[in-house]
Amino acid sequence: MIPFAYSKPTAVDEAVKMAGPDARFIAGGTNLLDLMKENVARPERLIDINALPLRDVETTATGGLRVGALVPNSDLAWHPEVEARYPLLSQAILAGASPQLRNMATTGGNLLQRTRCYYFYDSAVPCNKREPGSGCPAKEGVNRIHAILGASDQCVATHPSDMCVALAALEAEVIVTGPGGERRIPFADFHRLPGDQPERDNVLEADELILAVELPAERFTTHYAYLKLRDRASYAFALVSVAAALEMDGDRISTARIALGGVAHKPWRVAEAEALLVGQLADQANFAKAADALLRGAQPLEHNAFKVELAHGAIIRALGEAAGGITQ
Amino acid sequence: MNAITPPPGGNSHAVHLISLSINGKKHELEVRPWTTLLDLLRENLQMTGTKKGCDHGQCGACTVLVDGRRINSCLTLAVMHDGAELTTIEGLASEDALHPMQAAFVKHDAFQCGYCTPGQICSAVGLANEGRAHSSAEIREMMSGNLCRCGAYNNIHDAVQEALPVCRGEGTA
Ligand SMILES: Cc1cc2nc3c(=O)[nH]c(=O)nc-3n(C[C@H](O)[C@H](O)[C@H](O)COP(=O)(O)OP(=O)(O)OC[C@H]3O[C@@H](n4cnc5c(N)ncnc54)[C@H](O)[C@@H]3O)c2cc1C
Ligand code: FES
Ligand code: FES
Repeated sequence: MIPFAYSKPTAVDEAVKMAGPDARFIAGGTNLLDLMKENVARPERLIDINALPLRDVETTATGGLRVGALVPNSDLAWHPEVEARYPLLSQAILAGASPQLRNMATTGGNLLQRTRCYYFYDSAVPCNKREPGSGCPAKEGVNRIHAILGASDQCVATHPSDMCVALAALEAEVIVTGPGGERRIPFADFHRLPGDQPERDNVLEADELILAVELPAERFTTHYAYLKLRDRASYAFALVSVAAALEMDGDRISTARIALGGVAHKPWRVAEAEALLVGQLADQANFAKAADALLRGAQPLEHNAFKVELAHGAIIRALGEAAGGITQ
Repeated sequence: MNAITPPPGGNSHAVHLISLSINGKKHELEVRPWTTLLDLLRENLQMTGTKKGCDHGQCGACTVLVDGRRINSCLTLAVMHDGAELTTIEGLASEDALHPMQAAFVKHDAFQCGYCTPGQICSAVGLANEGRAHSSAEIREMMSGNLCRCGAYNNIHDAVQEALPVCRGEGTA
Protein backbone atom coordinates (compact mmCIF):
# COMPACT_ATOMS: atom_id res chain seq x y z
CA MET A 1 0.00 0.00 0.00
CA ILE A 2 1.31 3.43 -0.85
CA PRO A 3 0.54 6.42 1.37
CA PHE A 4 -2.58 8.37 0.53
CA ALA A 5 -4.63 11.26 1.83
CA TYR A 6 -8.02 10.60 3.40
CA SER A 7 -11.20 12.61 3.61
CA LYS A 8 -14.77 11.90 4.62
CA PRO A 9 -17.33 14.20 3.00
CA THR A 10 -20.85 14.33 4.39
CA ALA A 11 -22.72 15.46 1.26
CA VAL A 12 -23.01 13.79 -2.14
CA ASP A 13 -22.12 17.01 -4.05
CA GLU A 14 -19.03 17.44 -1.98
CA ALA A 15 -17.94 13.83 -2.61
CA VAL A 16 -18.46 14.15 -6.36
CA LYS A 17 -16.42 17.38 -6.43
CA MET A 18 -13.54 15.61 -4.71
CA ALA A 19 -13.47 12.79 -7.26
CA GLY A 20 -10.70 12.59 -9.82
CA PRO A 21 -8.35 10.16 -11.55
CA ASP A 22 -5.96 10.13 -8.57
CA ALA A 23 -8.76 9.42 -6.08
CA ARG A 24 -11.03 6.52 -5.17
CA PHE A 25 -14.21 6.33 -3.19
CA ILE A 26 -14.07 3.81 -0.38
CA ALA A 27 -17.21 2.13 0.94
CA GLY A 28 -16.78 -1.23 2.70
CA GLY A 29 -13.15 -1.34 1.62
CA THR A 30 -13.19 -5.13 1.21
CA ASN A 31 -12.11 -5.05 -2.42
CA LEU A 32 -10.30 -1.73 -2.67
CA LEU A 33 -8.04 -2.25 0.36
CA ASP A 34 -7.23 -5.76 -0.77
CA LEU A 35 -6.14 -4.38 -4.15
CA MET A 36 -4.23 -1.53 -2.51
CA LYS A 37 -2.28 -4.00 -0.37
CA GLU A 38 -1.34 -5.79 -3.59
CA ASN A 39 -0.35 -2.51 -5.25
CA VAL A 40 -2.93 -3.16 -7.94
CA ALA A 41 -4.86 -0.05 -6.91
CA ARG A 42 -2.68 2.93 -6.03
CA PRO A 43 -4.93 5.89 -5.30
CA GLU A 44 -3.33 9.02 -3.91
CA ARG A 45 -6.52 10.06 -2.19
CA LEU A 46 -9.31 8.07 -0.60
CA ILE A 47 -12.74 9.59 -0.32
CA ASP A 48 -14.60 7.77 2.42
CA ILE A 49 -18.27 7.83 1.43
CA ASN A 50 -19.59 6.23 4.61
CA ALA A 51 -20.93 9.52 5.96
CA LEU A 52 -23.14 10.07 2.89
CA PRO A 53 -26.89 9.54 3.33
CA LEU A 54 -27.08 6.46 1.09
CA ARG A 55 -28.23 3.80 3.57
CA ASP A 56 -31.98 3.71 2.98
CA VAL A 57 -34.05 0.89 1.55
CA GLU A 58 -37.38 2.30 0.41
CA THR A 59 -40.34 1.39 -1.77
CA THR A 60 -40.53 3.50 -4.93
CA ALA A 61 -43.59 5.20 -6.43
CA THR A 62 -43.85 2.38 -8.98
CA GLY A 63 -43.81 -0.33 -6.31
CA GLY A 64 -40.14 -1.20 -6.71
CA LEU A 65 -37.40 -1.00 -4.12
CA ARG A 66 -34.61 1.56 -4.01
CA VAL A 67 -31.51 0.37 -2.22
CA GLY A 68 -28.97 2.98 -1.15
CA ALA A 69 -25.41 2.38 -2.36
CA LEU A 70 -24.12 2.04 1.22
CA VAL A 71 -26.58 -0.60 2.40
CA PRO A 72 -24.38 -3.48 3.57
CA ASN A 73 -24.77 -6.77 1.73
CA SER A 74 -25.88 -8.61 4.89
CA ASP A 75 -28.51 -6.00 5.78
CA LEU A 76 -29.85 -6.15 2.25
CA ALA A 77 -30.03 -9.93 2.18
CA TRP A 78 -31.89 -9.96 5.48
CA HIS A 79 -34.06 -6.91 4.88
CA PRO A 80 -37.67 -8.07 5.40
CA GLU A 81 -38.75 -6.43 2.12
CA VAL A 82 -35.98 -8.19 0.23
CA GLU A 83 -36.58 -11.56 1.85
CA ALA A 84 -40.29 -11.32 1.03
CA ARG A 85 -40.25 -9.57 -2.35
CA TYR A 86 -36.85 -10.40 -3.87
CA PRO A 87 -35.86 -13.75 -2.38
CA LEU A 88 -33.61 -14.49 -5.36
CA LEU A 89 -31.51 -11.45 -4.48
CA SER A 90 -31.36 -12.46 -0.86
CA GLN A 91 -30.21 -15.95 -1.79
CA ALA A 92 -27.53 -14.71 -4.19
CA ILE A 93 -26.06 -12.28 -1.67
CA LEU A 94 -25.90 -14.94 1.02
CA ALA A 95 -24.04 -17.22 -1.38
CA GLY A 96 -21.19 -14.69 -1.60
CA ALA A 97 -18.12 -14.04 0.56
CA SER A 98 -18.49 -14.58 4.32
CA PRO A 99 -20.76 -13.14 7.02
CA GLN A 100 -18.01 -10.78 8.18
CA LEU A 101 -17.31 -9.56 4.65
CA ARG A 102 -21.01 -9.14 3.90
CA ASN A 103 -21.30 -6.96 7.01
CA MET A 104 -18.74 -4.59 5.49
CA ALA A 105 -19.39 -4.91 1.75
CA THR A 106 -21.87 -2.43 0.32
CA THR A 107 -24.37 -2.51 -2.53
CA GLY A 108 -22.38 -0.05 -4.66
CA GLY A 109 -19.03 -1.65 -3.88
CA ASN A 110 -20.31 -5.10 -4.78
CA LEU A 111 -21.20 -3.88 -8.28
CA LEU A 112 -17.72 -2.42 -8.71
CA GLN A 113 -15.66 -5.27 -7.28
CA ARG A 114 -12.94 -6.28 -9.68
CA THR A 115 -12.05 -9.61 -11.20
CA ARG A 116 -10.29 -12.32 -9.20
CA CYS A 117 -8.04 -13.20 -12.17
CA TYR A 118 -4.69 -14.20 -10.60
CA TYR A 119 -2.71 -12.24 -13.18
CA PHE A 120 -4.72 -9.08 -12.53
CA TYR A 121 -3.87 -9.48 -8.82
CA ASP A 122 -0.15 -10.00 -9.42
CA SER A 123 1.39 -6.63 -10.16
CA ALA A 124 4.67 -8.32 -11.20
CA VAL A 125 3.17 -9.72 -14.42
CA PRO A 126 1.48 -8.08 -17.42
CA CYS A 127 -2.30 -7.64 -17.48
CA ASN A 128 -4.30 -5.60 -19.96
CA LYS A 129 -6.91 -4.82 -17.34
CA ARG A 130 -4.36 -3.47 -14.88
CA GLU A 131 -1.83 -2.04 -17.40
CA PRO A 132 -3.57 -1.51 -20.74
CA GLY A 133 -1.45 -2.82 -23.60
CA SER A 134 0.83 -4.97 -21.45
CA GLY A 135 -0.66 -8.31 -22.53
CA CYS A 136 -2.83 -11.08 -21.11
CA PRO A 137 -0.93 -14.00 -19.55
CA ALA A 138 -4.20 -15.72 -18.61
CA LYS A 139 -5.08 -16.58 -22.20
CA GLU A 140 -2.21 -19.06 -22.46
CA GLY A 141 -1.61 -19.46 -18.75
CA VAL A 142 -3.56 -20.91 -15.88
CA ASN A 143 -7.12 -20.08 -16.81
CA ARG A 144 -9.36 -22.43 -14.89
CA ILE A 145 -11.48 -19.64 -13.40
CA HIS A 146 -11.68 -17.54 -16.54
CA ALA A 147 -14.37 -16.66 -19.06
CA ILE A 148 -15.92 -19.04 -21.56
CA LEU A 149 -18.23 -16.42 -23.08
CA GLY A 150 -17.86 -12.86 -24.37
CA ALA A 151 -14.10 -12.64 -23.82
CA SER A 152 -11.77 -10.77 -26.13
CA ASP A 153 -8.24 -11.20 -27.41
CA GLN A 154 -7.15 -8.82 -24.72
CA CYS A 155 -8.91 -10.14 -21.66
CA VAL A 156 -10.52 -13.36 -20.44
CA ALA A 157 -11.40 -12.21 -16.92
CA THR A 158 -14.77 -12.82 -15.28
CA HIS A 159 -16.86 -10.63 -13.03
CA PRO A 160 -16.90 -12.35 -9.64
CA SER A 161 -20.09 -11.02 -8.03
CA ASP A 162 -22.99 -13.20 -6.95
CA MET A 163 -25.32 -10.32 -6.12
CA CYS A 164 -24.96 -8.88 -9.61
CA VAL A 165 -26.14 -12.12 -11.21
CA ALA A 166 -29.44 -11.83 -9.35
CA LEU A 167 -29.69 -8.10 -10.11
CA ALA A 168 -29.23 -8.88 -13.80
CA ALA A 169 -32.03 -11.44 -13.73
CA LEU A 170 -34.28 -9.03 -11.83
CA GLU A 171 -33.48 -6.22 -14.29
CA ALA A 172 -32.45 -3.67 -11.71
CA GLU A 173 -31.27 -0.17 -12.57
CA VAL A 174 -28.19 1.58 -11.28
CA ILE A 175 -28.64 5.21 -10.31
CA VAL A 176 -25.49 7.28 -10.47
CA THR A 177 -24.56 10.92 -10.20
CA GLY A 178 -21.62 12.97 -11.41
CA PRO A 179 -20.66 16.41 -12.61
CA GLY A 180 -23.18 16.01 -15.45
CA GLY A 181 -26.03 15.18 -13.04
CA GLU A 182 -27.91 11.99 -12.36
CA ARG A 183 -28.44 9.11 -14.79
CA ARG A 184 -30.09 5.70 -14.62
CA ILE A 185 -28.35 2.72 -16.18
CA PRO A 186 -30.22 -0.52 -16.91
CA PHE A 187 -28.35 -3.37 -15.26
CA ALA A 188 -27.61 -5.11 -18.55
CA ASP A 189 -25.76 -2.00 -19.74
CA PHE A 190 -23.86 -1.34 -16.52
CA HIS A 191 -21.10 -3.94 -16.79
CA ARG A 192 -19.29 -4.30 -20.11
CA LEU A 193 -17.53 -6.97 -22.10
CA PRO A 194 -13.76 -6.48 -22.22
CA GLY A 195 -13.42 -5.79 -25.97
CA ASP A 196 -10.38 -3.64 -26.58
CA GLN A 197 -10.81 -1.73 -23.33
CA PRO A 198 -10.49 -4.43 -20.68
CA GLU A 199 -9.44 -1.82 -18.11
CA ARG A 200 -13.08 -0.73 -18.03
CA ASP A 201 -15.28 -3.16 -16.13
CA ASN A 202 -18.38 -1.00 -16.43
CA VAL A 203 -19.70 2.27 -17.82
CA LEU A 204 -19.32 4.32 -14.64
CA GLU A 205 -17.03 7.32 -15.08
CA ALA A 206 -14.21 7.95 -12.58
CA ASP A 207 -16.00 11.02 -11.25
CA GLU A 208 -19.38 9.33 -10.92
CA LEU A 209 -20.83 7.99 -7.69
CA ILE A 210 -23.40 5.21 -7.40
CA LEU A 211 -26.34 6.50 -5.38
CA ALA A 212 -28.61 3.48 -5.42
CA VAL A 213 -29.77 0.34 -7.11
CA GLU A 214 -33.44 0.22 -7.97
CA LEU A 215 -35.42 -2.98 -8.31
CA PRO A 216 -38.63 -3.01 -10.35
CA ALA A 217 -41.89 -4.07 -8.67
CA GLU A 218 -41.52 -7.61 -7.44
CA ARG A 219 -42.07 -10.72 -9.54
CA PHE A 220 -40.56 -14.14 -9.26
CA THR A 221 -41.33 -14.55 -5.57
CA THR A 222 -42.30 -18.22 -5.95
CA HIS A 223 -40.26 -19.62 -8.81
CA TYR A 224 -36.64 -18.71 -8.36
CA ALA A 225 -33.31 -20.31 -7.64
CA TYR A 226 -29.72 -19.18 -7.21
CA LEU A 227 -27.34 -22.03 -7.75
CA LYS A 228 -23.65 -21.48 -7.10
CA LEU A 229 -20.99 -24.07 -7.88
CA ARG A 230 -17.53 -23.61 -6.42
CA ASP A 231 -14.44 -25.42 -5.20
CA ARG A 232 -15.65 -25.66 -1.61
CA ALA A 233 -19.04 -25.56 0.05
CA SER A 234 -18.81 -21.96 1.20
CA TYR A 235 -16.58 -18.85 1.23
CA ALA A 236 -15.35 -19.28 -2.34
CA PHE A 237 -16.08 -17.49 -5.58
CA ALA A 238 -18.33 -19.11 -8.15
CA LEU A 239 -16.91 -21.25 -10.89
CA VAL A 240 -20.37 -21.07 -12.36
CA SER A 241 -23.56 -19.65 -10.90
CA VAL A 242 -27.10 -19.42 -12.21
CA ALA A 243 -29.91 -17.07 -11.22
CA ALA A 244 -33.16 -18.48 -12.55
CA ALA A 245 -36.52 -16.77 -12.21
CA LEU A 246 -39.76 -18.01 -13.73
CA GLU A 247 -43.41 -17.15 -13.86
CA MET A 248 -45.64 -20.15 -14.37
CA ASP A 249 -49.06 -20.49 -15.89
CA GLY A 250 -50.12 -23.91 -14.69
CA ASP A 251 -47.38 -26.25 -15.83
CA ARG A 252 -46.23 -23.89 -18.57
CA ILE A 253 -43.65 -21.16 -18.30
CA SER A 254 -44.93 -17.65 -19.01
CA THR A 255 -41.77 -15.67 -18.26
CA ALA A 256 -38.17 -16.79 -17.88
CA ARG A 257 -35.06 -14.95 -16.76
CA ILE A 258 -31.71 -16.67 -16.57
CA ALA A 259 -28.41 -15.02 -15.71
CA LEU A 260 -25.06 -16.75 -15.38
CA GLY A 261 -22.17 -15.79 -13.13
CA GLY A 262 -18.52 -16.86 -13.30
CA VAL A 263 -18.55 -17.36 -17.06
CA ALA A 264 -18.05 -13.88 -18.52
CA HIS A 265 -16.88 -10.33 -17.89
CA LYS A 266 -20.45 -9.50 -16.84
CA PRO A 267 -23.56 -11.41 -15.75
CA TRP A 268 -24.50 -13.37 -18.86
CA ARG A 269 -28.02 -13.29 -20.29
CA VAL A 270 -29.27 -14.43 -23.68
CA ALA A 271 -32.70 -13.15 -24.72
CA GLU A 272 -33.20 -16.01 -27.14
CA ALA A 273 -32.66 -18.62 -24.43
CA GLU A 274 -35.33 -17.01 -22.27
CA ALA A 275 -37.76 -16.63 -25.18
CA LEU A 276 -37.39 -20.31 -26.02
CA LEU A 277 -38.99 -21.23 -22.71
CA VAL A 278 -42.07 -19.04 -22.96
CA GLY A 279 -45.23 -21.07 -23.40
CA GLN A 280 -43.30 -24.30 -22.92
CA LEU A 281 -43.59 -27.06 -20.37
CA ALA A 282 -41.13 -26.87 -17.51
CA ASP A 283 -39.28 -30.06 -18.34
CA GLN A 284 -35.69 -31.20 -18.74
CA ALA A 285 -35.78 -31.19 -22.52
CA ASN A 286 -36.84 -27.56 -22.68
CA PHE A 287 -34.38 -26.56 -19.98
CA ALA A 288 -31.62 -28.23 -21.99
CA LYS A 289 -32.59 -26.21 -25.08
CA ALA A 290 -32.37 -23.01 -23.06
CA ALA A 291 -28.99 -24.11 -21.71
CA ASP A 292 -27.75 -24.78 -25.24
CA ALA A 293 -28.83 -21.30 -26.31
CA LEU A 294 -27.21 -19.64 -23.29
CA LEU A 295 -23.90 -21.36 -23.91
CA ARG A 296 -23.88 -21.09 -27.70
CA GLY A 297 -20.58 -19.74 -28.92
CA ALA A 298 -18.74 -20.66 -25.73
CA GLN A 299 -14.98 -20.54 -26.28
CA PRO A 300 -13.30 -22.41 -23.49
CA LEU A 301 -9.59 -22.00 -22.78
CA GLU A 302 -7.08 -24.69 -21.92
CA HIS A 303 -8.19 -25.25 -18.32
CA ASN A 304 -11.81 -24.16 -18.18
CA ALA A 305 -13.61 -26.35 -20.70
CA PHE A 306 -15.27 -28.05 -17.72
CA LYS A 307 -17.25 -24.86 -17.18
CA VAL A 308 -19.30 -25.43 -20.33
CA GLU A 309 -20.64 -28.74 -19.10
CA LEU A 310 -20.88 -27.53 -15.53
CA ALA A 311 -22.91 -24.50 -16.61
CA HIS A 312 -25.14 -26.63 -18.80
CA GLY A 313 -26.02 -28.91 -15.93
CA ALA A 314 -26.36 -26.00 -13.52
CA ILE A 315 -28.82 -24.18 -15.77
CA ILE A 316 -31.01 -27.28 -16.03
CA ARG A 317 -30.90 -27.85 -12.30
CA ALA A 318 -31.59 -24.22 -11.39
CA LEU A 319 -34.53 -24.04 -13.79
CA GLY A 320 -35.88 -27.26 -12.32
CA GLU A 321 -35.63 -25.90 -8.80
CA ALA A 322 -37.23 -22.63 -9.84
CA ALA A 323 -40.08 -24.36 -11.68
CA GLY A 324 -40.70 -26.60 -8.68
CA GLY A 325 -41.27 -23.49 -6.61
CA ILE A 326 -39.84 -25.37 -3.69
CA THR A 327 -39.75 -23.60 -0.36
CA GLN A 328 -36.21 -22.32 -0.37
CA MET B 1 3.68 -7.02 2.40
CA ASN B 2 2.47 -4.46 4.90
CA ALA B 3 5.56 -2.38 5.15
CA ILE B 4 4.46 1.15 4.53
CA THR B 5 6.78 3.59 2.85
CA PRO B 6 6.94 6.66 5.07
CA PRO B 7 4.91 9.54 3.68
CA PRO B 8 6.89 11.91 1.49
CA GLY B 9 6.07 14.76 3.88
CA GLY B 10 3.58 17.57 3.63
CA ASN B 11 0.27 17.49 5.39
CA SER B 12 -1.73 15.75 2.69
CA HIS B 13 -0.96 12.54 4.54
CA ALA B 14 -1.90 14.08 7.84
CA VAL B 15 -2.37 12.10 10.97
CA HIS B 16 -6.03 11.85 11.86
CA LEU B 17 -7.38 12.05 15.37
CA ILE B 18 -10.06 9.49 16.09
CA SER B 19 -11.90 8.44 19.17
CA LEU B 20 -12.62 4.78 19.58
CA SER B 21 -14.13 2.83 22.42
CA ILE B 22 -12.26 -0.46 22.71
CA ASN B 23 -13.72 -3.04 25.07
CA GLY B 24 -15.55 -0.29 26.91
CA LYS B 25 -12.54 1.98 27.29
CA LYS B 26 -12.36 5.30 25.45
CA HIS B 27 -9.26 5.92 23.38
CA GLU B 28 -8.23 9.12 21.60
CA LEU B 29 -5.84 7.97 18.90
CA GLU B 30 -3.68 9.49 16.23
CA VAL B 31 -3.73 7.30 13.13
CA ARG B 32 -2.27 7.40 9.68
CA PRO B 33 -4.92 6.95 6.98
CA TRP B 34 -3.45 3.63 5.79
CA THR B 35 -3.38 1.93 9.19
CA THR B 36 -5.86 -0.93 9.15
CA LEU B 37 -7.99 -1.52 12.19
CA LEU B 38 -6.07 -4.76 12.69
CA ASP B 39 -2.67 -3.04 12.63
CA LEU B 40 -3.95 -0.35 14.98
CA LEU B 41 -4.86 -3.03 17.50
CA ARG B 42 -1.79 -5.18 17.15
CA GLU B 43 0.97 -2.71 16.33
CA ASN B 44 -0.12 0.59 17.88
CA LEU B 45 -2.00 -0.69 20.93
CA GLN B 46 -0.18 -4.00 21.46
CA MET B 47 -3.53 -5.75 21.70
CA THR B 48 -2.36 -8.95 20.05
CA GLY B 49 -5.39 -11.10 20.88
CA THR B 50 -6.77 -10.33 17.44
CA LYS B 51 -4.74 -12.34 14.94
CA LYS B 52 -3.43 -11.66 11.47
CA GLY B 53 -3.75 -14.74 9.30
CA CYS B 54 -3.93 -13.66 5.69
CA ASP B 55 -4.41 -9.86 5.82
CA HIS B 56 -6.75 -10.21 2.80
CA GLY B 57 -10.16 -11.12 4.17
CA GLN B 58 -9.67 -14.78 3.42
CA CYS B 59 -9.36 -16.41 6.85
CA GLY B 60 -11.35 -14.61 9.56
CA ALA B 61 -8.53 -14.66 12.16
CA CYS B 62 -8.84 -10.88 12.50
CA THR B 63 -12.57 -10.88 13.26
CA VAL B 64 -13.67 -8.22 15.75
CA LEU B 65 -17.04 -6.71 16.62
CA VAL B 66 -17.74 -3.14 15.60
CA ASP B 67 -20.93 -1.87 17.20
CA GLY B 68 -21.77 -5.54 17.78
CA ARG B 69 -21.27 -6.62 14.14
CA ARG B 70 -18.52 -9.01 13.18
CA ILE B 71 -16.10 -7.72 10.55
CA ASN B 72 -12.61 -8.54 9.26
CA SER B 73 -10.38 -5.91 10.83
CA CYS B 74 -7.70 -6.43 8.15
CA LEU B 75 -9.84 -5.00 5.34
CA THR B 76 -10.91 -1.79 6.98
CA LEU B 77 -9.03 1.37 7.93
CA ALA B 78 -8.86 2.53 11.53
CA VAL B 79 -9.59 6.09 10.41
CA MET B 80 -12.97 4.95 9.05
CA HIS B 81 -14.15 4.00 12.55
CA ASP B 82 -14.07 7.29 14.40
CA GLY B 83 -16.70 7.08 17.15
CA ALA B 84 -17.22 3.32 16.92
CA GLU B 85 -17.45 0.80 19.73
CA LEU B 86 -15.05 -2.01 19.19
CA THR B 87 -15.02 -5.34 21.00
CA THR B 88 -12.08 -7.69 20.66
CA ILE B 89 -11.38 -11.08 22.17
CA GLU B 90 -9.76 -9.28 25.13
CA GLY B 91 -13.08 -7.64 25.95
CA LEU B 92 -15.44 -10.61 26.07
CA ALA B 93 -14.78 -12.03 29.52
CA SER B 94 -15.99 -10.21 32.61
CA GLU B 95 -13.71 -9.71 35.62
CA ASP B 96 -14.35 -13.15 37.02
CA ALA B 97 -15.95 -15.25 34.30
CA LEU B 98 -15.33 -16.25 30.74
CA HIS B 99 -17.87 -15.25 28.14
CA PRO B 100 -20.24 -18.22 27.54
CA MET B 101 -18.77 -18.62 24.04
CA GLN B 102 -15.25 -18.76 25.45
CA ALA B 103 -16.34 -21.26 28.09
CA ALA B 104 -17.94 -23.46 25.42
CA PHE B 105 -14.73 -23.42 23.35
CA VAL B 106 -12.77 -24.59 26.40
CA LYS B 107 -15.35 -27.23 27.28
CA HIS B 108 -15.43 -28.66 23.75
CA ASP B 109 -11.70 -28.37 23.19
CA ALA B 110 -12.50 -26.34 20.09
CA PHE B 111 -8.93 -25.65 19.01
CA GLN B 112 -5.54 -27.14 18.51
CA CYS B 113 -2.93 -24.44 17.95
CA GLY B 114 -5.40 -21.72 18.92
CA TYR B 115 -4.41 -19.22 16.26
CA CYS B 116 -7.86 -19.00 14.70
CA THR B 117 -9.64 -19.10 18.06
CA PRO B 118 -10.02 -15.38 18.87
CA GLY B 119 -11.52 -14.85 15.43
CA GLN B 120 -13.75 -17.90 15.75
CA ILE B 121 -15.06 -16.74 19.12
CA CYS B 122 -15.66 -13.14 18.05
CA SER B 123 -17.34 -14.41 14.89
CA ALA B 124 -19.59 -16.73 16.91
CA VAL B 125 -20.55 -13.88 19.24
CA GLY B 126 -21.36 -11.80 16.16
CA LEU B 127 -23.45 -14.68 14.88
CA ALA B 128 -25.36 -14.77 18.16
CA ASN B 129 -26.02 -11.03 17.82
CA GLU B 130 -27.44 -11.63 14.35
CA GLY B 131 -30.03 -13.98 15.84
CA ARG B 132 -29.62 -16.41 12.95
CA ALA B 133 -28.35 -19.97 12.55
CA HIS B 134 -30.77 -22.34 14.22
CA SER B 135 -29.62 -25.58 12.66
CA SER B 136 -26.33 -27.37 12.48
CA ALA B 137 -26.04 -26.74 8.73
CA GLU B 138 -26.74 -23.04 9.26
CA ILE B 139 -24.08 -22.81 11.94
CA ARG B 140 -21.53 -24.36 9.60
CA GLU B 141 -22.49 -22.00 6.79
CA MET B 142 -22.58 -18.91 9.00
CA MET B 143 -19.21 -19.77 10.57
CA SER B 144 -17.59 -20.42 7.19
CA GLY B 145 -15.82 -17.05 7.25
CA ASN B 146 -13.41 -18.46 9.83
CA LEU B 147 -10.90 -20.99 8.63
CA CYS B 148 -9.08 -23.33 10.98
CA ARG B 149 -5.87 -24.74 9.59
CA CYS B 150 -5.80 -27.34 12.33
CA GLY B 151 -9.21 -28.55 11.25
CA ALA B 152 -10.87 -28.30 14.64
CA TYR B 153 -14.17 -27.66 12.89
CA ASN B 154 -16.23 -30.36 14.54
CA ASN B 155 -15.46 -29.16 18.03
CA ILE B 156 -15.82 -25.53 17.01
CA HIS B 157 -19.26 -26.37 15.67
CA ASP B 158 -20.23 -28.12 18.90
CA ALA B 159 -19.03 -25.23 21.03
CA VAL B 160 -20.90 -22.68 18.95
CA GLN B 161 -24.05 -24.78 18.89
CA GLU B 162 -24.05 -25.09 22.64
CA ALA B 163 -23.32 -21.44 23.40
CA LEU B 164 -25.47 -19.73 20.76
CA PRO B 165 -28.78 -20.01 22.63
CA VAL B 166 -27.13 -18.85 25.86
CA CYS B 167 -25.60 -15.86 24.08
CA ARG B 168 -28.93 -15.03 22.50
CA GLY B 169 -30.51 -15.10 25.94
CA GLU B 170 -32.60 -18.16 25.12
CA GLY B 171 -31.29 -20.23 28.03
CA THR B 172 -29.38 -23.45 27.50
CA ALA B 173 -29.99 -25.61 24.47
C1 LIG C 1 -12.03 -13.35 0.66
C2 LIG C 1 -13.14 -12.74 -0.13
C3 LIG C 1 -14.12 -13.55 -0.66
C4 LIG C 1 -15.16 -13.00 -1.40
N1 LIG C 1 -16.11 -13.81 -1.94
C5 LIG C 1 -17.10 -13.29 -2.70
C6 LIG C 1 -18.08 -14.11 -3.31
O1 LIG C 1 -18.07 -15.32 -3.15
N2 LIG C 1 -19.05 -13.51 -4.05
C7 LIG C 1 -19.08 -12.17 -4.23
O2 LIG C 1 -19.99 -11.70 -4.89
N3 LIG C 1 -18.17 -11.36 -3.68
C8 LIG C 1 -17.18 -11.89 -2.92
N4 LIG C 1 -16.24 -11.07 -2.38
C9 LIG C 1 -16.19 -9.68 -2.81
C10 LIG C 1 -17.03 -8.74 -2.01
O3 LIG C 1 -18.39 -9.00 -2.28
C11 LIG C 1 -16.65 -7.34 -2.46
O4 LIG C 1 -15.33 -7.09 -2.01
C12 LIG C 1 -17.57 -6.28 -1.92
O5 LIG C 1 -18.88 -6.47 -2.36
C13 LIG C 1 -17.10 -4.89 -2.31
O6 LIG C 1 -17.88 -3.93 -1.65
P1 LIG C 1 -17.20 -2.81 -0.74
O7 LIG C 1 -18.27 -1.91 -0.25
O8 LIG C 1 -16.34 -3.42 0.31
O9 LIG C 1 -16.32 -2.10 -1.84
P2 LIG C 1 -14.98 -1.20 -1.76
O10 LIG C 1 -13.82 -2.10 -1.60
O11 LIG C 1 -15.17 -0.11 -0.76
O12 LIG C 1 -15.02 -0.58 -3.19
C14 LIG C 1 -14.88 -1.34 -4.37
C15 LIG C 1 -14.81 -0.38 -5.54
O13 LIG C 1 -16.04 0.30 -5.68
C16 LIG C 1 -15.87 1.72 -5.62
N5 LIG C 1 -17.07 2.22 -4.94
C17 LIG C 1 -17.63 1.71 -3.81
N6 LIG C 1 -18.81 2.32 -3.58
C18 LIG C 1 -19.00 3.20 -4.59
C19 LIG C 1 -20.06 4.11 -4.91
N7 LIG C 1 -21.17 4.22 -4.17
N8 LIG C 1 -19.94 4.86 -6.03
C20 LIG C 1 -18.82 4.75 -6.82
N9 LIG C 1 -17.80 3.92 -6.55
C21 LIG C 1 -17.89 3.15 -5.45
C22 LIG C 1 -14.56 1.93 -4.91
O14 LIG C 1 -13.95 3.13 -5.34
C23 LIG C 1 -13.77 0.71 -5.36
O15 LIG C 1 -13.17 0.96 -6.61
C24 LIG C 1 -15.21 -11.60 -1.60
C25 LIG C 1 -14.23 -10.78 -1.05
C26 LIG C 1 -13.20 -11.33 -0.32
C27 LIG C 1 -12.16 -10.43 0.26
S1 FES D 1 -6.34 -11.66 8.62
FE1 FES D 1 -8.21 -10.72 8.17
S2 FES D 1 -9.29 -12.30 7.20
FE2 FES D 1 -7.32 -13.19 7.42
S1 FES E 1 -6.83 -24.20 16.09
FE1 FES E 1 -5.12 -24.02 14.80
S2 FES E 1 -5.94 -22.84 13.18
FE2 FES E 1 -7.69 -23.32 14.29
